Amino acid sequence: MPPVAPADRIGPVVLSLTGITKRFGAFVANRAIDLTLRRGEVLALLGENGAGKTTLMNILFGHYVADAGSVQVAGADGTLAPLPAGSPGAALAAGIGMVHQHFALAGNLTGFENIVLGTQSLWAPVSKDGPARARLSALVARSGLTVDLDVPVANLGVGERQRVEILKALYRDARILVLDEPTAVLTPQEAEGLFAVVRRLTADGLSVILISHKLAEVAAVSDRVAVLRAGAKVADLPTAECDREKLAALMVGREVVPARRSVGTPGELMLELQHVSVAGADRRSTLTDVSLAIRAGEILGLAGVSGNGQTVLAALLSGLVRPSSGRVRLDGTDVTRFSPGRFVQLGVGRVPEDRHRDGVVGAMTLGENLILEDLDSPDYRRFGFLRRRAIEKRAAAALAAHDVRGPGPDSPARLLSGGNMQKLILARVLDRKPRLLIAAQPTRGLDIGATGDVHRRLLAARAEGAAVLLISEDLDELFRLSDRIAVIQAGRVTPAERTEEVDLKTLGLKMAGQTERTPA
Amino acid sequence: MIGLRLEPRPTPAPGLALAARIGAGIAALVLAAIPIALAGAPVGKAFALMAEGAFGSLFATSETLARATPLILTGLAAAVAFRAKLWNIGGEGQLYAGALAAVAVGSGLLDLPGPALIPIVMAAGMIAGAVLMLVPTLLKTRFGADEVVTTLLLNFVVLLVVQMMLEGPLKDPYGMGWPQSAPILDQAVLPKLMPRMRVHTGLVIALVVAVGIALVMARSVFGFQVRAVGENASAARFAGIGVTATFIKVGLLSGALAGLAGVSEVAGLKGYLTSDLSPGFGYSGIVVAMLAGLNPLGVVVAAIFVAAVFVGADSMSRGVGISSYIADLIVATSLLCVLVGGLVTTYRIRFTRPDPARS
Amino acid sequence: MDVIDILLSANFWAAAIRIATPLIFGVLGALLCERSGVLNLGIEGIFTAGAMAGWMTVHLGGDLWTGVLVAMAVGALFGLLHAVLTVPLGLSQHVTGIGVTLLASSLAYFIYRNALPQVTSPPRIVPFQPLAIPGLSDLPFFGPVLFQQTALTWLAFALVAIVGWVLYRTPLGLAIRAVGDTPQAVEAQGLDVHLIRIGTVMAGSALMALGGAFLTMSAFDAFFFGMVNGRGWICIALTVFASWRPGKALFGALLYGAFDAFQVRLQTSLGGAVPGQVFLMLPYLFSIAALVLVARKADYPRALLVPFVKGQR
Repeated sequence: MPPVAPADRIGPVVLSLTGITKRFGAFVANRAIDLTLRRGEVLALLGENGAGKTTLMNILFGHYVADAGSVQVAGADGTLAPLPAGSPGAALAAGIGMVHQHFALAGNLTGFENIVLGTQSLWAPVSKDGPARARLSALVARSGLTVDLDVPVANLGVGERQRVEILKALYRDARILVLDEPTAVLTPQEAEGLFAVVRRLTADGLSVILISHKLAEVAAVSDRVAVLRAGAKVADLPTAECDREKLAALMVGREVVPARRSVGTPGELMLELQHVSVAGADRRSTLTDVSLAIRAGEILGLAGVSGNGQTVLAALLSGLVRPSSGRVRLDGTDVTRFSPGRFVQLGVGRVPEDRHRDGVVGAMTLGENLILEDLDSPDYRRFGFLRRRAIEKRAAAALAAHDVRGPGPDSPARLLSGGNMQKLILARVLDRKPRLLIAAQPTRGLDIGATGDVHRRLLAARAEGAAVLLISEDLDELFRLSDRIAVIQAGRVTPAERTEEVDLKTLGLKMAGQTERTPA
Repeated sequence: MIGLRLEPRPTPAPGLALAARIGAGIAALVLAAIPIALAGAPVGKAFALMAEGAFGSLFATSETLARATPLILTGLAAAVAFRAKLWNIGGEGQLYAGALAAVAVGSGLLDLPGPALIPIVMAAGMIAGAVLMLVPTLLKTRFGADEVVTTLLLNFVVLLVVQMMLEGPLKDPYGMGWPQSAPILDQAVLPKLMPRMRVHTGLVIALVVAVGIALVMARSVFGFQVRAVGENASAARFAGIGVTATFIKVGLLSGALAGLAGVSEVAGLKGYLTSDLSPGFGYSGIVVAMLAGLNPLGVVVAAIFVAAVFVGADSMSRGVGISSYIADLIVATSLLCVLVGGLVTTYRIRFTRPDPARS
Repeated sequence: MDVIDILLSANFWAAAIRIATPLIFGVLGALLCERSGVLNLGIEGIFTAGAMAGWMTVHLGGDLWTGVLVAMAVGALFGLLHAVLTVPLGLSQHVTGIGVTLLASSLAYFIYRNALPQVTSPPRIVPFQPLAIPGLSDLPFFGPVLFQQTALTWLAFALVAIVGWVLYRTPLGLAIRAVGDTPQAVEAQGLDVHLIRIGTVMAGSALMALGGAFLTMSAFDAFFFGMVNGRGWICIALTVFASWRPGKALFGALLYGAFDAFQVRLQTSLGGAVPGQVFLMLPYLFSIAALVLVARKADYPRALLVPFVKGQR
C-alpha cells in the first residue's frame, strides 16, 4: 500500500492550544505556547530535555493546570470546544490519548484489564468483558498492534507494553494520540515497526503528536515540526522545509561542542567477568553466563533495550547483588562476593542508573552527600565523630571544581536539577580517582549541555587511566564515547567489538535478540 | 469552587516547624474542649484544674517531672529508631523487659553497694530491652518481616512473660499473695531529688541521655549513617553504608533506651515490679517522639507536655467528674495534629481560585 | 484428653470458628485497605471503637442490627480520618495509623467511662443468638459446629465471597487492584485515585469495626477495657500471610482460630503443669511466625505506603 499523500490525508484543525503558560515557582516551564494540530497529521514536538514538551502535554492531558491559556479540541462533529482544565477524564472523553514515556500500566493486571480499566461504571455488579474483547480484536486487526493481552503486564517486554498503551488509547476512541519519546526504549527495528503503525493510523484519520529529541525520527515520520526551547515555541514549520542542522540549532539555541574521543591506549586488564550468572526472578534481574573484560584507559559501551539485565549487571558490579556462579576480578583480586563498601574501598566508582533512588540522599545536604562514600576516611572522622570543617571544605572545593550549580552546600540535594545532581554524584565518585567506573545510563533525562559535561568527565576519567563500563540505551552516546561496544540482551552479553567495526543494523538485530539470518 | 493545593517548599522553614509543633499541642487541647463540653463539664474550669494539677505547686510539678522521666526515655527510643525508619512500636514491651531485668538483678540476687549495683541494674535493664528489640530487627533484616507488626505483637508476649514471672520465680514471698516482685534493694533505689517529692535521679539520667543522643545523632558518624539509612536506604546501601548493621545498631540503642525507662520506673519510683507498671509509656513515647519532630532535645519538652496532660487530667477528672481517659484523647489528638502541622513546614498551602478569564 | 480427641470434637471446631470470626472481618478490612495501597494501622483502635459503639447502641435500647450498622459507620468515619490524612495529604501511614488507633481507643474508653461512671461490673446486653436451621442443626458433627454460630459469623463467611467477587469480578475491584499497584495507570484512565483509595479505606475500616462489634455483640455480651487485646495487629500479620486474597484470609483466620482453640484445650488438659501465660503467648507467637514464614516471598501491593501525587511520575 503506497503511503497516502499528505495533502489528501490532512484535514481540518482538531486541536488548538493558545497562549499556554505554566510556572513552577520562579521557573517558567511553558511560555505563551500556541499550537495547532490537524486531522491525520503527525506533528513532531522537538526539544531538549527540560524544554517544556512533557509539561505542555501534561497540561493537555489534565495532569497539570496551566496558569494561563486555553485548549480547544474538536468534538466528533468537528467543531472546536474548550477542554476543561485539570481533568484527565475530560481529556479522555475529548478523544485525547497519551502514551507516556514511563508507561502508565498496572503491572499486576493483564493488558486487557489495563485497557478496560475505567471504561465501565465502577458500580457495575460484574465486569462485562465480551463486547470489550470483540472490539479489541477488531482494533488489533486494524492497527496491526498484536500483543498477548491475557498475561500480567509485568511479564511483557517494553515494546509489547507500548503496544498495550497505544491500544488503550485507541480503545478509548482517541482521535488525537500523544506519543512521549516513544522510541527511547526500542531497538531501531522496533522503532521502524512503530512508525509503520503510526502511518497506518494517520491514514485512518488519527492525529499524532510525537514528542522527541531525535532529529532523525522527526524527519522520517512527521509532517510538521514545532520546536520548543526553554519553555517557548521557537519554530513551527513543515518537515519538508527544514534540514537537520537547522533543527538542531533551533532546538539548542547555541553552539554545541560534542565531546570528542581521542585515540586511547588501553593499559592492563582491570575488570574481568568470567561466566557470571545471576538467578533472578524475571528477565530484567537475570544474567546468564556473562563474560567481559575492560582494560585501564578504555571505555566499554554496553548497548541494550532497557529491562534486559543492565540493572542487575550494574548492581552486581556495585556489590548489591551476588552472582549464583562465575567470578568477578578487579585488577587480579577476586571481588565476586564483596559488599558495596568493599567495592568503594577498592576504587570502584559507580554512577547509578536511578540517581534519585540510589545516587543521593535527597534530604541531606550537598556536603553530606559528597562524603557518603568516605565515612571511613580519617579525613572526615575523628573518634567516631564527623569533622565538620573538613566536610565543608571538601564541599566548597568539589562544588566549584565540578560546576555544581544549586542553592549552596548546606541545602538538601533534592533541590538540585537532574544535571546538577548527576554532577554532584560524579564529583563524589571521580574525586576518589576510581580505577574502575561503572556508569549506568549516566545522561538519562539530562539536557544537551549537561550531557556534554558528563561525557567530558567520563573521557577525562578514561584519560587518567580508569576502566569505564558505560551502560546506555542511547546509541549516539555509545558510538561517541566507547572504544568497544557489546550488547546485552535477555541477560546475555555479546562479545565486544571495536566501535569502528560496529554496524548499526547488526547492533539493532543483536539488541532485539535476533541472530543474523544466513541467506537461504 | 475553591480548591486546595499543596506545593512543596524549596527549603523547609525552621521557625515554622517549631510554631507548627506548639500549635499542634494547643490545637489538641482546644479540640479536647469538645468532648469535655459534650460530657457536660465546664470547659474553662476543667482546663484551669488541669494546669493547676500539672504545675500548680511544687508537688504537682514534681509529679509531672516524675511522669515525664520514663516518657523522655521511651520518646528517645522511638526518636532514634524512627530516624532510621525502623518502626519500633515495641517500646512498651522493651520497657517491661528492662524493668523485669532490673528486679531480677536488683532485688536480692546481687547484694553489692549502691555505686556498683545501680550501674549493673541499669545495664541489665538496657541489655534486656536491647535484646528484645534485636529479635524484630533481625526478623526484618533476615526475613523481611514488618517490624511494626512484630514489635506490637511482642508487647503482648512480654506482658504475659512479666505476669508469669510475677506469679512464679520473681514473686515476692512477702507480697501477701499479690503478683508483684520483691522490692529493689535499698542501695539500688535511685535517690529522690527532693525530700517528700517523687521526682528522682532518673530524671537527671534521662536528661543526660537526651543530650548525649542529641550529640550522637547530629555529630557522629553513626548518627550520619542512621539519617542516611532513614532518608534513603537504597542510596545509603549503594554508597557502601552497612544498612543491616545500622538497623541492628539503632535497634539495640532504641531497645536499650526503652529498657532504661523500665529501670527508672522500678528503681526510681515504684520500688518493685507489677504488671501494671506502665500505663502505656511505650505508646506515649511514640507521640512524644513525633511531637518533638524526632529531635532528642525536643523529646524532653514534648515528654513534659505529655506528662503534664496526664497528671493534669487526673486533677481535672476528679474536679469536674469526667473520665481521665481525656488525657489519652488529648495525647492521641496531638499526634494527629502534629502530623498535619508538619505539612505546613514542608508545603505551602495554596488556595486556588478558578481563573475568571478562562471560564 | 488426647490431641486426636480434641481435633475430632465438634466443640473445638465451633470454638475455632468463633475465634476466627472477628479476624475474618479484620483481615478482609485490612486487605481491602492494603490492596488500594494504604496500610491501616488504625485497625486496633477501630476494633475497639466498633466494639464499644455496637454494644452501646444496643445497651441504649437499639436493635442488634442497628448496633452493627452504627459500629460500621463509626469504623468508616475513622477510616475516613485515616484516609484523608494519608491519601490526599500523604502523611506517613505508619504513624498516622498508630495515631488513629490511639484516638479511636481512647475515645471509645472515654465515652464508655463517661456514660457509665459508676458501674463496677460491666452491664450486659442480649447478644446475637446461634442461628439454628431446623433439620441441618441436627446433623452429626457439622450441626453443632456450624449451627452454634451466630448470624455475624455467617455474615463473615458471606463477606469473604463478596469481597472476592468485588475484587476480581467487578470494574471497581479492577480499579482497587490497579490503584494499589500503579496509581498512575488509574489516573491516566480518567479515574480519581484519591477517591478510590479513600472509599476503599472507609469500606475496609467498616469491616474492621464489624470485627470489634462481633466481640461485644456475639462472642461476649459486654464491653471490657483492653478486650481487643492485639487482635487488630494479628489481622495485619494474617493479611500478609493471606497474600491479600480473601480466600486465603479465611483460611488464615480459621487456622489461627484452630490454633487458639487448641491452645485453650491443651491448657485445661495439662492442668497447672505449665503456667497459663505460656499458652496465652502462643497465638501472638503464631502470628509472628506466620508473618516471618511468608514475608520474604510476600508480593506486597507495589504502591503500598506510597502516597500518590497528581502529575508526578
